[in-house]
Amino acid sequence: MNKRKLQEIVGVNFLRLGVIFTAFFLISFLYIIFSKGGSVLSWTFFTDFPREGMTTGGIYPAIVGTLYLTILSILIALPLGVFTAIYMVHLAKPYWLMRIVRIAVNTLAGVPSIIYGLFGLTLFVRIMQLEVSLISGALTLAILALPVIINASEEAIRSVPRSFREGSLALGATERQTIMRVIVPTALPNILTGAIISIGRVAGETAPIMFTAATFYSRMLPTSINHEVMALPYHIYALMTEGSKPDQQVPIAYGTAVVLLLLVMFVSATAIIIRYKIRKSRKW
Amino acid sequence: MKVFKEILFKAVTYFAAIFSILALFGIILTLFMEGIPMFQEVSLREFLFSSAWYPTNEHQSFGALALFFGSLAVTIGALVIAVPIGLGTAVYISEIAGSRTKEIIKPMIELLAGIPSVVYGLFGMAFLAPFLIRNIGIDSGLNIFTASIVLGIMIIPIISSMSEDALSTVPRALREASYGLGATRWETITRVVIPSAKTGIIGSFVLGFGRAIGETMVVIMVAGGAAQIPSSVFDPVRPLTTSIAVEMAETVLGSIHFHSLFALAIMLFIITFITNLFTELFLFKKVK
Repeated sequence: MNKRKLQEIVGVNFLRLGVIFTAFFLISFLYIIFSKGGSVLSWTFFTDFPREGMTTGGIYPAIVGTLYLTILSILIALPLGVFTAIYMVHLAKPYWLMRIVRIAVNTLAGVPSIIYGLFGLTLFVRIMQLEVSLISGALTLAILALPVIINASEEAIRSVPRSFREGSLALGATERQTIMRVIVPTALPNILTGAIISIGRVAGETAPIMFTAATFYSRMLPTSINHEVMALPYHIYALMTEGSKPDQQVPIAYGTAVVLLLLVMFVSATAIIIRYKIRKSRKW
Repeated sequence: MKVFKEILFKAVTYFAAIFSILALFGIILTLFMEGIPMFQEVSLREFLFSSAWYPTNEHQSFGALALFFGSLAVTIGALVIAVPIGLGTAVYISEIAGSRTKEIIKPMIELLAGIPSVVYGLFGMAFLAPFLIRNIGIDSGLNIFTASIVLGIMIIPIISSMSEDALSTVPRALREASYGLGATRWETITRVVIPSAKTGIIGSFVLGFGRAIGETMVVIMVAGGAAQIPSSVFDPVRPLTTSIAVEMAETVLGSIHFHSLFALAIMLFIITFITNLFTELFLFKKVK
């Protein structure tokens, strides 16, 4: 066997090793979280409030809080994102403004999530006096989700064939009618896929809600957007860093992580299925 | 009426587009508005070049150097792990794997990318740290080493998916020419494909760096939290993000300490801004 052949075998297997390591890690990671968290899962874990300083009981308010925060933030970010994408693809004038918008979106995408937290604390909690509340957290998360939604929507809108637009304009439709009744509806499934992916991302964020929305413990569910909320990711963090009974808190943290992971996976699976269905049914 | 609707539509669209610019300016403005007041009492020199971070002592001092080194240490550690594995995975997917294997690896990477950072933090703190104490005989599992492993795994998907994009832009003809000349797969990969995708690949490393240095939850939970310039990989450190997140919960609104946390955030913002700029440049070159 000559040197080149040896190099080939060693090299290719080295690459294979990287992949195997990643797979091994992922499987053991999921196994550890699910096996340690699985033992605390029960019906009451989903439906009960935390009890006795969070050493027992369920995580119902954290589940509800995360759902509220996530849904509200996407409802705020989605229209903004879609209209920005429409601007980027179909108006795109003046050119310099489009360049600046693009730079701003890309820069926002790279801002660390803790900085969004500080921004939310300053603008929403303090200047706008919304206090630590559901709405402050949702607004902060909305801005964090915006770049992802803009990029996904832009790609979706760009993938609508040019002929759709031309056909509609040729029939005498105005630019608004063409965009709102032809292009956006055609791109909608892809836009929604992007939105769903960002739901998964937003649901797991901790740092942005630490000072804007999340509370360690709450006796009741939020009944207004001005209430502070519990949230799954923050609950995990709190269980691991506060309180005095780690023996009882760590298993609950694992259990909460299982619920959060299941939520995130369910959301991404939905996105993948929708994407698959679109690809199958596409006729152009 | 029709004209009015058209105008309204345009106005809404422009407003949405400008909103992102406003958000970015808002972020920069609030950071500076709350960060600058610190410099009335703390010199820029102390902030940048002193490593004494004692915000709550009677003689307060706000030297951010140790925190900066804390961030740098875990980020470099993470890259040491994520670069070979991430790039290796990307090369494997694009150059070696068959379509079946690809269909297994790609969702796997996506799954890894979708795991929330706090769950990685939990894994590092509750499992990996005790595991390392038992198996490699260190006193505390919360240190640079553990944090680097967890952060590294977290940024593998970023590096591998962006490198893969870069590799996929390398024209087929280049590979075919290389094989045609009798080169092996390994030779084609290392001497033809990777060099042609170089800018995009380096861009992915820079992006991974930016993501790791801005990560908060993992380092709070796993890096140990001691504000010191580390002398070994098994030392605990306190990255910038840890100080911001943990101390913000403890400090008094409007105090010097409060403002100093925004000053740390300015530092972090500038670092990530520069990294972003680099990625942009690399990506722009790639497109050209």
